[in-house]
Amino acid sequence: MKADVQERSGAAGAGHAVADRVIGDVLLSVENVSLAFGGVKAISDVSFDIRKGEIRAIIGPNGAGKTSMLNVINGFYHPNQGAITFKGRKRSIMRPYIAASQGISRTFQNLALFKGMSTLDNIMAGRALKMRRGLLWQALHWGPALSEEIKHREAVEKIIDFLEIQHIRKAPVGKLPYGLQKRVELGRALAMEPDLLLLDEPMAGMNLEEKKDMSRYILTVNDQLGTTVALIEHDMGVVMDISDRVVVLEYGRKIADGTPDEVQRDQRVIDAYLGISH
Amino acid sequence: MLYREAGQFKTSYAADMAIFPIRQDRIALIILLLFAFIGIPLLAHFQLWPLGSDYMLRAILIPFLILALAAIGVNILVGYCGQISLGSGAFMAIGAYSAYKFGTGVHIPLEFIGTEIKIAPLPVLPSILLGGLMSAIVGILFGMPSLRIKGLYLAVATLAAQFFFDWVFLRVKWFTNYAPSGSVNAPELSFFGYLVHSPIERYLLCLIFVTLFALIAKNLVRGNIGRQWMAIRDMDIAAELMGIRPLYAKLSAFAVSSFIVGVAGALWAFVYLGSWEPLAFSIDRSLQLLFMVIIGGLGSILGSFLGAAFILILPILLDQVPHALGVPISVETVSLLVFIVTGALICYLLIVEPHGFARLWSIAKEKLRLWPFPY
Repeated sequence: MKADVQERSGAAGAGHAVADRVIGDVLLSVENVSLAFGGVKAISDVSFDIRKGEIRAIIGPNGAGKTSMLNVINGFYHPNQGAITFKGRKRSIMRPYIAASQGISRTFQNLALFKGMSTLDNIMAGRALKMRRGLLWQALHWGPALSEEIKHREAVEKIIDFLEIQHIRKAPVGKLPYGLQKRVELGRALAMEPDLLLLDEPMAGMNLEEKKDMSRYILTVNDQLGTTVALIEHDMGVVMDISDRVVVLEYGRKIADGTPDEVQRDQRVIDAYLGISH
Repeated sequence: MLYREAGQFKTSYAADMAIFPIRQDRIALIILLLFAFIGIPLLAHFQLWPLGSDYMLRAILIPFLILALAAIGVNILVGYCGQISLGSGAFMAIGAYSAYKFGTGVHIPLEFIGTEIKIAPLPVLPSILLGGLMSAIVGILFGMPSLRIKGLYLAVATLAAQFFFDWVFLRVKWFTNYAPSGSVNAPELSFFGYLVHSPIERYLLCLIFVTLFALIAKNLVRGNIGRQWMAIRDMDIAAELMGIRPLYAKLSAFAVSSFIVGVAGALWAFVYLGSWEPLAFSIDRSLQLLFMVIIGGLGSILGSFLGAAFILILPILLDQVPHALGVPISVETVSLLVFIVTGALICYLLIVEPHGFARLWSIAKEKLRLWPFPY
């Protein structure tokens, strides 16, 4: 028994060593992107890149264009100018579901869960792209369709275990408390097994305890699965603690880009957050 | 105390994903099916109450089963995929008339290119299924606007389908084989050489269809495609960002829904009516189906049955109960009362319980799990 435990911890340690954080090549690069809604310029001429395996934070005061930036990245908005290259392929205008099929998934600032469905169904819906059986097999719910369903159910149960939401598996998500809903939404995004995970304010409205949990989940996902994470967050303590590099936007422009330490010392960032005395 | 699931452990995901994971529910369903398939025919055979005459079968059970089937179809579109449709009557009509044409032989003269298409009369079963298929194709066509418009505007677009097909089947004589009265007769109901004639045989035929399609519908809504439909219903933008293609999800809902509604329409015409005219599938039918789904429970297969039962039995109750109590009541008053009660009930349900009888039923079951203890 003791040997078994040792072996398991040894294996875990080895796994950790293998998945030891390697920041790789550029996974996604944003080049000179501009986005305007009529006369309102949401983003003007912003460029940055996200490297494989890193945690990249996008911060900035309200209205700086952070969420618009995420919407551009996953194809919901189409930039007026500039280009986005994902996995080495420059992309033209695309529909969101194509971005999803290429491995980008996200969560939302104001929860966008499927309220009429259970936690389990919400997370299972995240695997819609991976399920291949046609209508007729599903109508039978037998044979290959059933084994496919079970296979994906097993994968979803792992996510449920990881996020510690076993007790709300069958509960309709509309009735869950906010913190748990955020967790379910993260689970739904993880179920897609993304290469790039976009998190729009994953810790908004949470207490300290919940923020700690959420940070732990994000770090574990990044560490164990090697998922690249781009997150928008207002809690500077969290951002500076968990992110590798930070982009700072203000009024749709990029004003700083670098490691948390560099960004913190940047005079323009300090001015943007604290204001300038006149 | 009877309805207690303590001690029922699931050891596989397949067991956990079963339609009725709780043993008591399974037993209840088996008893219900046994009663429907064996008990009712026996009662009818020995002419026992309440099946002493054909009335119960002809006027209540057969229409209940067919309308429940149609309601399942409507529920897939409206309840599961969230696309409001006011054209279900038209899709029933398409199923009925297509099945009629396939059953009596399709003949399309194409004189201008000097040819013609001729298909010999098909047996009843393929006719009915082809009727459903035609309905599914038209359903996909009229579902196209749903990719652009939502809610009330979509309802109006499906309303256009309703009026268009009312007109087509009334005016285009080809569909009615040039019958002078515009009314058509169903072909003989012959299945693999066996002639379905008596009410009890017709009842069993409908029961088989309903059982099979209810199972298929349940399998679809608990599978991947069902989750896609519900995702589109609950939050279409998030669904798209997760890789669900709105085109496929919406049009497949239209196709499956129209198929089931079309089969129900063919059954309604062939098995229940026998001979019919376009009025049988008017806008009233569409609204009736929609009411069934709303009252029974949006997004619930069980709800489709409850809604169909309620809408069908309410007029009969309102007719019989005052008579039984010795209150004289005229036929007109009864039909008015039906409108009043249905309308009031829909308002009440929309406010108090938007998920209809099916939700009330599941709340009752939740309470029963704990009864008689409060916790």
